[in-house]
Amino acid sequence: MFPTARNLLRASSRVDINVLVPIKRCIDYAVKIRVNPDGKGVDTTVKHSMNPFDEIAVEEAIQLRDTKNKGLVESITALTIGPQKATDTLRTALAMGADKAIHVQVGDQHNVEPLQVAKTIKHFIDRDKYELVLMGKQAIDGDENATGQMLAGLLDCGQATFASELKLADGKATVTREIDGGLETVEGNLPMIVTTDLRLNEPRFASLPNIMKAKKKPIETIKEADLPVDLTNRLETIKVAEPAQRSGGQKVDSVDEVVSKIKEQGLI
Amino acid sequence: MLARSLQQIRRSSRLSLQLRAYASSPDRSASFAKLSEQDLPSLASIFSSPDTSLLTTLGDKPTATNDDLEPFNVDWMGKYKGHSSIIVKPKTTQEVSKVLQWCNDRNVAVVPQGGNTGLVGGSVPLHDEVVLSLSSMNSIRHFDPLSGYVSVDSGIVLENLDNYLAQQGHIVPLDLGAKGSCQIGGNVATNAGGLRMLRYGSLHGNVLGLEVVLPDGRVINGMKGLKKDNTGIDLKQLFIGSEGVLGVITGVTLATPVRPSATNVAVFALPDYESVQTAFSSARRDLGEILSAFEFFDAASYKLVRSHGHAAERKTFEDGEDAPFFCLVETSGSNKDHDDEKLGAFLEQLMESGIVNDGVLAQDETQIGQLWSLREGIPEAAGKAGRVYKYDLSLPVEKMYSLVPELRQKLAEKGLLAAESEGGNGDGPVKTVFGFGHLGDGNLHINIVADAYRKEVEQVVEPYIYELVAKYNGSISAEHGLGLMKAPYVAYSQDAPSLDLMRTLKKTLDPKGILNPYKCVTAE
Repeated sequence: MFPTARNLLRASSRVDINVLVPIKRCIDYAVKIRVNPDGKGVDTTVKHSMNPFDEIAVEEAIQLRDTKNKGLVESITALTIGPQKATDTLRTALAMGADKAIHVQVGDQHNVEPLQVAKTIKHFIDRDKYELVLMGKQAIDGDENATGQMLAGLLDCGQATFASELKLADGKATVTREIDGGLETVEGNLPMIVTTDLRLNEPRFASLPNIMKAKKKPIETIKEADLPVDLTNRLETIKVAEPAQRSGGQKVDSVDEVVSKIKEQGLI
Repeated sequence: MLARSLQQIRRSSRLSLQLRAYASSPDRSASFAKLSEQDLPSLASIFSSPDTSLLTTLGDKPTATNDDLEPFNVDWMGKYKGHSSIIVKPKTTQEVSKVLQWCNDRNVAVVPQGGNTGLVGGSVPLHDEVVLSLSSMNSIRHFDPLSGYVSVDSGIVLENLDNYLAQQGHIVPLDLGAKGSCQIGGNVATNAGGLRMLRYGSLHGNVLGLEVVLPDGRVINGMKGLKKDNTGIDLKQLFIGSEGVLGVITGVTLATPVRPSATNVAVFALPDYESVQTAFSSARRDLGEILSAFEFFDAASYKLVRSHGHAAERKTFEDGEDAPFFCLVETSGSNKDHDDEKLGAFLEQLMESGIVNDGVLAQDETQIGQLWSLREGIPEAAGKAGRVYKYDLSLPVEKMYSLVPELRQKLAEKGLLAAESEGGNGDGPVKTVFGFGHLGDGNLHINIVADAYRKEVEQVVEPYIYELVAKYNGSISAEHGLGLMKAPYVAYSQDAPSLDLMRTLKKTLDPKGILNPYKCVTAE
């Protein structure tokens, strides 16, 4: 069961926090996306790496454990749902400093939808014991920004999205959120779902000693069939199209010309 | 051995006495005509669109201001400044030919110019030479995917060419820090080396053909895309690295390898220069054909990038931040799993044997860029720290780095090294002396950052640094060329018969000496 904050506090005066970091293998941020000729998807034969927002979540978990709240974090587990190659992404998380990893293996072309992802994460929270879930606010491929919120709904626990600062103390999390027009600070009891925004931290490079250590860290692999969650997609992709080409600018010689051009376009 | 090197030192110190007289910049040669307003109509008539092809401050109705001409007259470091009042930007080879013919007939000196990113003052006028900019000739003429070559106008910017080839799944076998501004014609004319040299070799091998306009206007059309062509003397080799003194390159045919689909980048911190060498030899042995770059930089370079670079303000290492040396290793290949396995074994062995203190491995494309910026950002960071003296030297790898401490000591002895620098004690104008470069090619870049370009610094460093290079049997210019800066010191690296032959070639092809005068190959 997902333990309530009260339960935790009763269990021990010193709260040991187990952090779960769900991560996703996406097309690399720097790769130019190309739409497939059939218009139903994009070319996935290109370089993949960890979703940048998830990288920030991994980094935050490590900072909480190693520097910000020394002694408070008991363990960091990275979880991914993805094809066999997603093991590389888990190894990256382990090389950065996560302690162990869980890999739910699905078919190469299976892009699991947010609700199914949230249900899968919930399954592992029910099975193991995590007091804090740190995850990217969205994956840069689907850009859905939904899984964290759905998970909090399924668990009926607190959520703090778009975090740019996170503090833990006395079984509570204080989170600064990036909102339209400024920052909002919220506080809530653990357990909590925190989704990360860009300014939370700058992820470290994976160091060679840690990459070597990561090879010996455990990865639990679970086949889709052995998971008590139905991962069948409910949505059908009808069409994927490239954004409209930006048309080139024009040079003008005078302010008058600017005004007349704008009028010509019917903008004023 | 000892006797031989002593002899060399003596020889070079004698040389230095002879050469010092030439070190100041040469006066304007009286044999060149001075252009005036009256010459403009006939010059303008050469161009299909004179409005954009002829920029001048001459006459009653100048087509440009001094500010407009400044980018053509001054090099990017602000070290060399010319006074040309005429810039021509031809759009076709035919126009280049007519311009040169026009200048040759009138004894007008000409400076061919590409992206003007050179570091030795070779691409800017010294006095009032006409600047012949190739920047309006920037089209891709032909790409042959099967044979793997591309034919282009010489004014195309290197990065634009590489982006074009990337779409075709190919790569330019040349990459350097200035890729966003430098042009392929300038790269060929200066035989630029850069970052991919270790993997793909020099332009002498990768240039398959050239189109060159001779000083009298004749056009040599050698744009064939053939890997093999033994039909007499290979003339294109003459122009590769000739720094625009023999002819103007207007077209280039370049071999373009298939773009590697898997790239890895790692950066290490190492305890001493010996470990750098060991790491290099194991990289060559263990990584074999996938090794595509092996670069090194010292602690002073790293400090500069960390304090002035924009891309890497965070710590790179957990334990290696204060190491004296750093290396960047890049692998590129066609099979990621294969490369990862090789690289993994190599890195493990380096860590276990204690050759490296610490290291990081890029996990995605963004990190690859960030790690490269530690090395590529050094020149830019130096530019922000002050005025930079740049020395680009070829040396046996083993001896390569010893020049840096020797130079620091020399500057410290003369009281020129500020306390903030490594080995500094006084309050001199030199803020830092640092070394970095392409270890795989035996190419060391020594940079000296001072508060301003100062005669007293230059006099201590030159020709002292060239004497050291001669002592170690190196070359005073690995990839930057001679230009204006090193032309007087060429005798440290070339013997008299070689220099004679160079002058003979120059006289034969350019009897009036109008092309890029005062630079590279100069009269005795």
